[in-house]
Amino acid sequence: MTTKWSSKKIADYVINKKSLFILDVRNEGDFADWKIEGENFEYLNIPYFELLDGVEDLLPKLPKDKDILVVCAKEGSSIMVADLIQEEGLDVGYLEGGMKAWSSYIEPIKVSDLKNGGELYQFVRLGKGCLSYMVVSQGEAAVVDAVRFTDVFENFANEKNVTIKYVFDTHLHADHISGGRLLSEKTGATYYLPEKDAEEVVFKYAKLEDQASFTIGGSTLDLQAIYSPGHTIGSTSMVIDHKYFLTGDILFVDSIGRPDLAGLAEDWVGDLRETLYTRYRKLNEDLIVLPAHFMVIEELNANGTVGKRFGDLLVENHGLNMTDEEEFRKAVTDHLPPQPNAYTQIRHVNMGKISPTNEEQTEMEIGPNRCAIR
Amino acid sequence: MKVDHQLDVTGMACPMPIVKTKKTMNTLEVGATLEVVSTDAGSKADLPAWADSTGHQYIGLVEEDGKLIHYLRKCDPSKVEQVHFEKTFNVENLDSISSDSLVLDVREEVEYAFGHVKGSISIPFGQLFDNLSQLNKDKTIYVICRSGQRSDLACQMLQKNGFDEVFNVEQGMNGYKGLIEKTI
Repeated sequence: MTTKWSSKKIADYVINKKSLFILDVRNEGDFADWKIEGENFEYLNIPYFELLDGVEDLLPKLPKDKDILVVCAKEGSSIMVADLIQEEGLDVGYLEGGMKAWSSYIEPIKVSDLKNGGELYQFVRLGKGCLSYMVVSQGEAAVVDAVRFTDVFENFANEKNVTIKYVFDTHLHADHISGGRLLSEKTGATYYLPEKDAEEVVFKYAKLEDQASFTIGGSTLDLQAIYSPGHTIGSTSMVIDHKYFLTGDILFVDSIGRPDLAGLAEDWVGDLRETLYTRYRKLNEDLIVLPAHFMVIEELNANGTVGKRFGDLLVENHGLNMTDEEEFRKAVTDHLPPQPNAYTQIRHVNMGKISPTNEEQTEMEIGPNRCAIR
Repeated sequence: MKVDHQLDVTGMACPMPIVKTKKTMNTLEVGATLEVVSTDAGSKADLPAWADSTGHQYIGLVEEDGKLIHYLRKCDPSKVEQVHFEKTFNVENLDSISSDSLVLDVREEVEYAFGHVKGSISIPFGQLFDNLSQLNKDKTIYVICRSGQRSDLACQMLQKNGFDEVFNVEQGMNGYKGLIEKTI
């Protein structure tokens, strides 16, 4: 019997840096575009349709001393290949639900305790590199940059016995479908979105304004909004409890945001520069930067979270160390990485202009997030 | 479009569309065309990649009402392509032939539909013998297919039937860089 591996089990291998051999049987293009990343993972890509006549030639290429996992897009082909290998006497597993399931898997990890019994959680979407946040304090919660799998946040809130009071999006996302609106509809929470990003939005929302301040759990914990345009014209950061700095898609651990996903790179590059080199520099260097994405698996801390002290990033992050403005302008407008899959459609979903089915949403979100410039 | 065989794999998930296509392909004669109707989005990338890896010809795709209709043609990659007909014509000169000559495309109807030399006429090789009367013996005829193999056989047959000014277009559509017309 081949073993069925859950995404949760793979998350454990990723976070704890265990070694794993992945036989990815998707076609070469899909594999080159996007795969399961792990620091100690080894890969072999052979499309399933080249294995229809048997796996004899493949067997010598598989390790004897490592866990082997067969992966495909939705699981069907990986079961077929895993069974073929198993028949030859080698134990292998397959990924339940394939890359589709991996793309949607979310691991909630505690970032820190906050004062008065509060807690801050990061929801790490390992397959896609998306990071969402939940702050809980004395029976109330706020969610920032929720991904579209809203039941994850609802279930977590139930578990913690808290009511979600606020839902924030730091900007109008282009690489993944936001769960903000749906989550607010389901929980009765108020959905906040920066006004400048919401000009074309067709549903009701509350304006997330510069310097706006929110409290949850009575008045025990505060969230402060800071207008910080550049990735989008409305991008707004949030500081939680004067210590945790949610930078959205403006500043990442090892990279900075890209200004072009709404088609306005030239217009917004000045804003991005201003935010990274002036607005942010007025803030305390001991803030912990918690972005809305990670790009490479090496950005994961030992406990699986993604985040780093702002002062350290000021030294280490290349995007914060380009003194020459022209060099900066070039870096963020020339040679940009490919744009995320279906990003225009995704923006329209997030504006409420189109309402694709679940299946269509999955297709749109396939692939890496590509929101950053390194 | 007219094809030799049809395969319906609607509703089937990966890997079944390709498993079924492979099985069907095994039963076909070399040169036969196959239409595969699928609803699996993955087949869009995987069928061409599979055809490429096995040496079969992937002709093209039509998307219609949520269905993906693939067109393929069975090839025998082990067969060495030997060209016998002596009078050949460089494909690069095809756009500068005289206006009273004719380009005859002997590929299958579906291959022709997915892209052919502008102004060429289509008579698939298998139907050529029955349609010789459509052709004018006084005209120069440039015969083209995908690679130059079927057109070679067509040239030989035309010569045997009294067509003297016949040329085999070397490399066929594979080598043609000029204006391509579609009829799908």
